[in-house]
Amino acid sequence: MGDLILTPNIPNSDDFYEALLNVHEGLDEPAMHALNARLVLILANHIGDETVLGQALDAARKAT
Amino acid sequence: MIAARYQTAFRLYPYEKVTDQEASSAVRHPVVIIGGGPIGMGLALDLGKKGIRCLVLDDHDGVGMGSRAICFAKRTLEICDRLGCGDPMVEKGVVWNLGRVYREQEEIYNFNLLPEGGHKRPAFINLQQPYFEQFIVEQIREQQAAGAPIKIRGQNLLTKLEQKPDHILLNVDTPDGPYQIEAEYLVACDGASSPTRNMLGLGFEGRVFEDNFLIADIRMNADFPVERRFWFNPPFNPNETALMHKQPDDIWRLDFQLGWDIDRKVELDSAKISKRVSEMIGKDIEFELVWTSIYTFRCCTMKDYRHGRIFFAGDSAHQVSPFGARGANGGIQDIDNLGWKLAAVLDGGAPDALLDSYHDERKYGAIENIKNSSRSADFLTPRNAAHEMFRDAVLDLVKDFEFAQPMVNSGRLSMPCTYDASPLNSADALVGGPTRTRPGSPLSDAPLSSGYLLDHVAGQFAILAINCDAPEVFEIDGISVEVHSLSGADDSEGHLAERYLGRSGSALYLVRPDQHVAGRWPAFDADTVATAIQKAIGRE
Ligand SMILES: Cc1cc2nc3c(=O)[nH]c(=O)nc-3n(C[C@H](O)[C@H](O)[C@H](O)COP(=O)(O)OP(=O)(O)OC[C@H]3O[C@@H](n4cnc5c(N)ncnc54)[C@H](O)[C@@H]3O)c2cc1C
Repeated sequence: MGDLILTPNIPNSDDFYEALLNVHEGLDEPAMHALNARLVLILANHIGDETVLGQALDAARKAT
Repeated sequence: MIAARYQTAFRLYPYEKVTDQEASSAVRHPVVIIGGGPIGMGLALDLGKKGIRCLVLDDHDGVGMGSRAICFAKRTLEICDRLGCGDPMVEKGVVWNLGRVYREQEEIYNFNLLPEGGHKRPAFINLQQPYFEQFIVEQIREQQAAGAPIKIRGQNLLTKLEQKPDHILLNVDTPDGPYQIEAEYLVACDGASSPTRNMLGLGFEGRVFEDNFLIADIRMNADFPVERRFWFNPPFNPNETALMHKQPDDIWRLDFQLGWDIDRKVELDSAKISKRVSEMIGKDIEFELVWTSIYTFRCCTMKDYRHGRIFFAGDSAHQVSPFGARGANGGIQDIDNLGWKLAAVLDGGAPDALLDSYHDERKYGAIENIKNSSRSADFLTPRNAAHEMFRDAVLDLVKDFEFAQPMVNSGRLSMPCTYDASPLNSADALVGGPTRTRPGSPLSDAPLSSGYLLDHVAGQFAILAINCDAPEVFEIDGISVEVHSLSGADDSEGHLAERYLGRSGSALYLVRPDQHVAGRWPAFDADTVATAIQKAIGRE
């Protein structure tokens, strides 16, 4: 596999972004954190590639 | 002064006065082992069987009370088979392969530690540590009777040591007063608080984990399954973990996580412990408390496992959390590694450099054990909100999705170490050879028409010639190599081919005395094998 994609890659990113907000609807803060943690693990497993995952961790940490 | 620091379960080597104590000058011994725990005794047995004179000094006269280590791994049993004490362990021990993980009361995951057949030994047995040690000492007694040059001196306390150019001078205290001896080599197997380490002023660095665990070994007649059962947040120990495991003699190991801020005295009150136990096993099951203890743990290692003529092995060199059963199992791999090297240097003309590889290989193994055991501890004892959040996310996901199973960490149970990058390895030259038997790895067992493979390859350099020609005997510079010629006819179940040939039609393996692969090729070539042997004894 190649490198982490850091250019736009979701065909309709507004739709995805809305869905991401909706899935958090009605949750209190701990439940939101828990959901995000599950989401991270699900996506990470889908990616599977340790290099890409490492780059994603770095990118996330750097962006703050 | 000799004073008992702990109670003994079995008195195996009562104090006896010896002539060394009256000698006018200190008597010299080729190898002195400090500490007669499982690691020191294992080393003495290995050296003695190889004809190397060795002396064990222990400040007690037997095996300490309390079961402590209970899980002994397949590799440990294979090493004990080589040492001649595997059978009584497996006969007495409780065999298990299956682990189950529960969250609250629901099973969320189970694992089989030995999902394949074709091995003589099971993934694990449970056996109280005192029995494990006793069986080693019994085998030492048998070997002594057959002439093995092993000496054990109980109630002999090391009090001081001095490193000299060609030996070490030891001061030893006994019930009859002090005496001195000299050691050409000294192996410190004196446990996690190693006095030898302290006398030399050497460090022991790592991490302390802020958690307490209560062990209750109980005797009961109950038909709970013979499996490792582990709970996250069970109703009988809310917000903490718990473990249940069977031992021989109708003894069960219960382990309760308690958290950091506890009052030890309160928690060790037997009425309180009995109440906890009843809540776990059910109010109407009768039981008796056999041994209780609260432990905390740390993951630490020394920087160097060799200091001149002094070596560190077992808990003196490294300590891990109990999750994963890597303490005694890791220590036994230490002496498996050191025994043949000391023998080769003392007796076989191998260079001193071979002994450096003990540190290289076993430090590598210890780092792997510390890494695994720290990760388990972090999963069980989340150190901050993020740790806890992801731990809980894994436990949430695993009920519905298989992908989360490998992330559940209730202990990564001891596996043998593969010495990748060891200076003793020759580069892998078997195209298509299986990864599991690459240079540096311990042999995988396989059933042959003549019995199990590991029983044939025990204690000296060996060649496995599979579907290829090899001489019947091979000798180089005084090292004799036993040659095992094998073919499909020996391998009716196909395990040998699967584990040693892979996609190759033939293979030639060079195996070290500790059953680790030193090199492999598609066919026998005398020069290539000779070079590999030189490399494997540190002559390069
Ligand atoms: C609760 C618990 C559970 C565990 N479970 C497991 C498990 O399931 N599997 C596993 O593999 N490991 C387990 N372990 C770890 C295991 O018990 C240790 O790794 C093992 O005992 C180490 O053996 P050792 O020979 O290195 O040291 P020790 O057993 O500590 O032996 C050291 C010996 O040196 C002697 N000594 C000390 N100082 C001197 C001196 N100055 N002179 C002479 N002699 C001296 C001592 O008396 C002792 O006999 C567990 C440990 C604990 C506490």
